Amino acid sequence: MSSVTQIAPTPVAPVVTRPTRRRRVRKAAWNLLGVIVFLVMVFPVYWMIATAFKPGHDILSYTPQWIPTHPTLSNFHDATHMPFFWDAAKNSLIVVSIVVALSLVLAFLAALALAKFRFYGRRPFIVLILGVQMVPLAALIIPLYIMMSRLNDVKGVNHVLGVDKLGGVIAMYLTFVLPFAVWTLRGFLLGVPKELEESAMVDGTTRFGAFVRILLPLVGPGLVATSIFAFIQAWNEFIIAYVFLHTPQKQTLMVWLASFTTLRGTDWGPLMAGATLCSLPVIVFFLLVQRRIAFGLTAGAVKG
Amino acid sequence: MSRLAPEGAVASVAESEFTLASRRRRRFTRHRLGHIAAPYALLAPAAAVIGVILAYPMYQLVRMSFQKYGLFELIRHKGRWIGTANYASIFNDAEFWRVVLRTVAFTAVCVSLTMVAGTAIALLLLQVSRVVRIALTTGLVLVWSMPVIVAVDIWRWMVDYEFGVANWTLTKLHVGNFVRHDWFANPWTGFGVFTLLIVWGAIPFVAITVYAGLAQVPQELLEAAEIDGARPWAVFREVTLPLLKPIFVILTSLSIIWDFQVFQQIWVMLDARPTSDYYTMAIYAFHQSFQISEYGLGAAIAVVMVLFMFAATLVYLRQMLKAGEVH
Repeated sequence: MSSVTQIAPTPVAPVVTRPTRRRRVRKAAWNLLGVIVFLVMVFPVYWMIATAFKPGHDILSYTPQWIPTHPTLSNFHDATHMPFFWDAAKNSLIVVSIVVALSLVLAFLAALALAKFRFYGRRPFIVLILGVQMVPLAALIIPLYIMMSRLNDVKGVNHVLGVDKLGGVIAMYLTFVLPFAVWTLRGFLLGVPKELEESAMVDGTTRFGAFVRILLPLVGPGLVATSIFAFIQAWNEFIIAYVFLHTPQKQTLMVWLASFTTLRGTDWGPLMAGATLCSLPVIVFFLLVQRRIAFGLTAGAVKG
Repeated sequence: MSRLAPEGAVASVAESEFTLASRRRRRFTRHRLGHIAAPYALLAPAAAVIGVILAYPMYQLVRMSFQKYGLFELIRHKGRWIGTANYASIFNDAEFWRVVLRTVAFTAVCVSLTMVAGTAIALLLLQVSRVVRIALTTGLVLVWSMPVIVAVDIWRWMVDYEFGVANWTLTKLHVGNFVRHDWFANPWTGFGVFTLLIVWGAIPFVAITVYAGLAQVPQELLEAAEIDGARPWAVFREVTLPLLKPIFVILTSLSIIWDFQVFQQIWVMLDARPTSDYYTMAIYAFHQSFQISEYGLGAAIAVVMVLFMFAATLVYLRQMLKAGEVH
């Protein structure tokens, strides 16, 4: 270290005046770079929204129209009047709300066990929860398809589960939402100091009472973050919905969006309008929880 | 005994009751029994769902990879055992090895670009002023929130051969004549587009996570290194990098796993009809099973794919368990 200081001795005199200006120039350069990176990253999203509001002749022009100078809603009108748009929207809502509700309940119970109890098999279960997230969905599609197609012949369950049934898709979504939900909620539950619970019990509350009054409000943000995560996962999923839902009336929004090519070729305006509509709920929810997702995945990693 | 002791409040309450009368002690024992069963009861529903929809299909996948499972077997709901014939047939298939090589190379390029660009942006976030930082973070979250299918449609529009903004811009910048240039006619430029699409979508997660990690690095350490005369690059390499290593390990292994199974970007971009030049392992397995109804062969390819990803998974698991123990 000392050799470094010897090699580069700082001249004393100019240091007083120069660094401020030099630092300001450097700061400006960093800011400029930051703005450029921002523009490059955001441009595709901007281009989608801009295209969605442009009339057809501005979209199909050999020189790009950078700003929609003649904004119109006709693309949105066309997109929402495409066949099966509303069916798809309805299906997406059904699938997403059931997945969110079920995963929240199941994950909360499991997280409670992992965070508040010590028991045989706890560690293997944690390994399972983490390992399961790594299983490639693309690989599991084959046996899942065989399994679901078998269920189609089983009387009693074939109204709900099987190929081309929303129930089957919901069950499959549950499995890949659950591990992350359990892991995140466990983190939140661990964050609740047990002294709080204990003092409530000393005050004469039952364990259940302590749970409702102390634990539940404290993990509230965790529950919100988890449900939004489940929402985003289920809303965005494509492969399973694409393979398992054949009838157009039963497809979800992402499958609808992916099959948006007309015989004349792609209708870019309505496609971009549809894409904007499909990403709107996710954008809103993502802005609400982005920090928690980033922290949830790597919580405590730096200290380790 | 101690391993079964619950962390929660009941334990401490129960312990204080230890010295009390025998009538109370009996109650305590019953309580205790309930306590042993409780965590299993709480875990059961989630474990059941994961078991039925993940563990069982996983077992099925391995079993099917040793079976002849075509359309006939699909209708009969029963595969025919053929030993390792499926594996022999894929390992002797030159196409398969081309697909493996392509997938590995593609993953390597995507993951390294994502990690380098994401870390660079995270470091940039430390240097810029508050306004730029908020704008850039919001922009990153906006990109992060794009559903994959939406992202694919946006990029398909941007590189459209006729009215795409990419061809116009490159032509205007005199990079070459890109008028009516079809990016997917040549698999090299086609995969270039896929790399950009995937890296663009993956950067926000890496950048924001690394930035969150950088914020946790103790300022004193950095200052001490600077006072000792270390250059910025040396500070980063000697202080920041080792501290952030766990985060990098987790992010890299996650990225490898996500990029290795790339499917939907290619599938949707090429209208569900990718030529064999665009096959990755996931697409090849899908094609073998759902398009030519050789489910057994598809399963064998999928098993090999899982094995490839196993190393990354192990690294990820180890790091996550280490991080989890801090709590």
